[in-house]
Amino acid sequence: MTEQQTPERKEEEQRLQEVIAQRTQRSAGLWRRETAMALIPLVLVIGYAIIYPFESVYTTLREIPGIGDFFPTPGSAVIIIVFTMMAIGLNVVVGYAGLLDLGYVAFYAAGAYMAGWLASQHFEQVTFHFWSPGINPELPGIHINLWIVLALAGIFTAIVGIVIGLPTLRLRGDYLAIVTLGFGEIVPQFVRNGDNFKGFDLTSGSFGITPIDAPGFGDGLGSASAGLLPVNFQQSFDAEQLYYWSALGLLLFTVFCCWRLRDSRLGRAWIAIREDETAAAAMGIPLMRTKTWSYAIGAFFGGIAGAYYASFKSGAFPSDFYFNISIFLLCMVILGGMGSIWGVVIAGTILGWLNIEGLGVIGNYLNDWIFEPTTGSRIEVPKYQFGIYGIIIVTMMLFRPTGLIPERRRKLEMEEGVHDEPAMGERAVNR
Amino acid sequence: MPSGRPSLVGLLGLVFLLLLIVWLGVNFIKDPQEFINVFFVGLTRGAVYALIALGYTLVYGILQLINFAHGDVFALSGLVASSVLLSVFGVTTDSGAGLVVVAIAVALLVAMVLASTLHVTIEFVGYRRLRHAPRLAALITAIGMSFIVQNIALAIYDVDYQSIPRLIPNSSVLTIGEVALQWNKLFVLALTIPVLLALTWMVRETRHGKAMRATSQDRDASAMMGIDVNRTISFTFALAGSLAGAAGLLFLLYFTTMRYDTGFELGLIAFTAAVLGGIGNLTGAVLGGILIGLIQEFNEGLAWATPGGDWTRSIVFGILIAILVFRPSGLLGEQTPEGE
Repeated sequence: MTEQQTPERKEEEQRLQEVIAQRTQRSAGLWRRETAMALIPLVLVIGYAIIYPFESVYTTLREIPGIGDFFPTPGSAVIIIVFTMMAIGLNVVVGYAGLLDLGYVAFYAAGAYMAGWLASQHFEQVTFHFWSPGINPELPGIHINLWIVLALAGIFTAIVGIVIGLPTLRLRGDYLAIVTLGFGEIVPQFVRNGDNFKGFDLTSGSFGITPIDAPGFGDGLGSASAGLLPVNFQQSFDAEQLYYWSALGLLLFTVFCCWRLRDSRLGRAWIAIREDETAAAAMGIPLMRTKTWSYAIGAFFGGIAGAYYASFKSGAFPSDFYFNISIFLLCMVILGGMGSIWGVVIAGTILGWLNIEGLGVIGNYLNDWIFEPTTGSRIEVPKYQFGIYGIIIVTMMLFRPTGLIPERRRKLEMEEGVHDEPAMGERAVNR
Repeated sequence: MPSGRPSLVGLLGLVFLLLLIVWLGVNFIKDPQEFINVFFVGLTRGAVYALIALGYTLVYGILQLINFAHGDVFALSGLVASSVLLSVFGVTTDSGAGLVVVAIAVALLVAMVLASTLHVTIEFVGYRRLRHAPRLAALITAIGMSFIVQNIALAIYDVDYQSIPRLIPNSSVLTIGEVALQWNKLFVLALTIPVLLALTWMVRETRHGKAMRATSQDRDASAMMGIDVNRTISFTFALAGSLAGAAGLLFLLYFTTMRYDTGFELGLIAFTAAVLGGIGNLTGAVLGGILIGLIQEFNEGLAWATPGGDWTRSIVFGILIAILVFRPSGLLGEQTPEGE
């Protein structure tokens, strides 16, 4: 049935179009202004982060009376950045796609061992060097430049993610969480026991692989750039700063990728799945493929971070990869706000700092001012770090489930109750 | 699983099962006495797992929530029971039978009351408010609760292992050749079976059980039928908690040592057992627990072609993953949409 095109109707349509055009224009202008406003603090923060490791900067900051203790050393800052990076990777899985992954530590382990295999003396049966920075070419083992190893670790871990994901991703919600938890427990045991596969030593067992090569640009680039690109981080006198800056670079790269991914076709597909899996499938989104991609990409960043951290610590040890790390990362994502990149960056920095230095510092203050005067004994606060994370998790979930800096869309979902599964629903059979 | 045409998954499962039977058979033929001894050890261990698994299954049955804190409540109540035994009664290996019996009874009561209270509190403070939140929110809260309870245990008992003297003797009840059944194993087994029977009777026959079943099927409809849903759920948590408390004491009596994080791994294993048997199914939880216990002991105790204790965790979680992927409903559970 066709509608009659009366003159009034035409007029109305025209008016409507004008209004739409006006609004688009206005919102475009608004957007530009908003972006500019948002860029200023961003530039300030990044600028601060870049100059932070200069000795004159951080020592000055650390000497401020009262709050000086709250500034970490550049070495601790590297660890904070690496864990924040992993949290952003986990955010892709948990925040964007809404898949609870309790075994993210497996990807961290995979990345770290990749660095151990490809940039150390572990495989002493062979001697293979490829652009190895400032390392004696006679040294046995595989020595590939760490920048390449990082990429390889990312790819390898993404493949691990796909392998774990393919059989498990068709499970829903809590079952998926349990399966990932299982993998997160199996992988550390595998590396712990992996020192004797029919006589072949894959992982050096509980000793771990150490030392691992430092990153660097090698003699060629080093002398060509007149020392601007260091030959080898570990051999330069400002190793910590170098590690810090490249970690910061990796973090910015991760943030950028995840930010762009969120608005991509894939990112929108993830969000659609998170909101309503059935509806997303009905709209033609391939569930399995989209979910697997979220696993692979989340794992990719975890792998890079793991490999980089292994190089920084110069070792990959099975005792590093325990379940609590997964929960620690999850806590960062929850505190920051699931799906919110800036939230996760901020929460990652706060919790990372608490983990490395903060709890000790705060504990000292509490002991000096409260516990010792009142009870006469001191409490070892860092010992209870996971209890504290547990309290954070529960408090956030009960009172502010969208996190410190809620992502706009997630907030709507929470408030309007758009979710695919009723929380503690009736038994599925009777639905 | 569709009947009729054999699927690849089913075939794989069959092959795996066959290999398992061959492995057990060869081991049995090589050393039958050792096999039966290991079987008893596994059975006992499985009974302990079963008691913990029952708690997971009860809560999951009514709320479809994996109560992560269950394992840690189990550990905390076990630790408190050890304090009751050691500090209050001061039992030693030389204590008279009367004192031991009284001490164990009081410790059992304390552990059960403590664990029930903890469970009900956790439900009231945490899970109740999240009934209408997204499902993952409740699960994440449960993980947080688990860490909080674990750290309470850490704060009280520190990182040291709490050990008690062996109160239930490990002398043999009956011996045939080199096969022996010890008192402590018999004790554990003799306790698990009545608990299971009582629970099943309660859920099937009593009014409370009826209310629980109704609530688990349709909460709104049960509320309209005059069931106090909140009270029923609290009751379920209290029941699950008392099981955790009993399991805590039993674990302590049998293994004689535990510490603050014992509950984490045991909780995961027990959860695996509950899933293996079919989560939400009481008999399934016991069957799953016993199977996991047997598998663990066979793996650690048998001689021929065993991966050994280093791999126990991987094997248990491998089973968990395989079950969830291939048969999410478990051995005895009903088919859930997760399986499709």
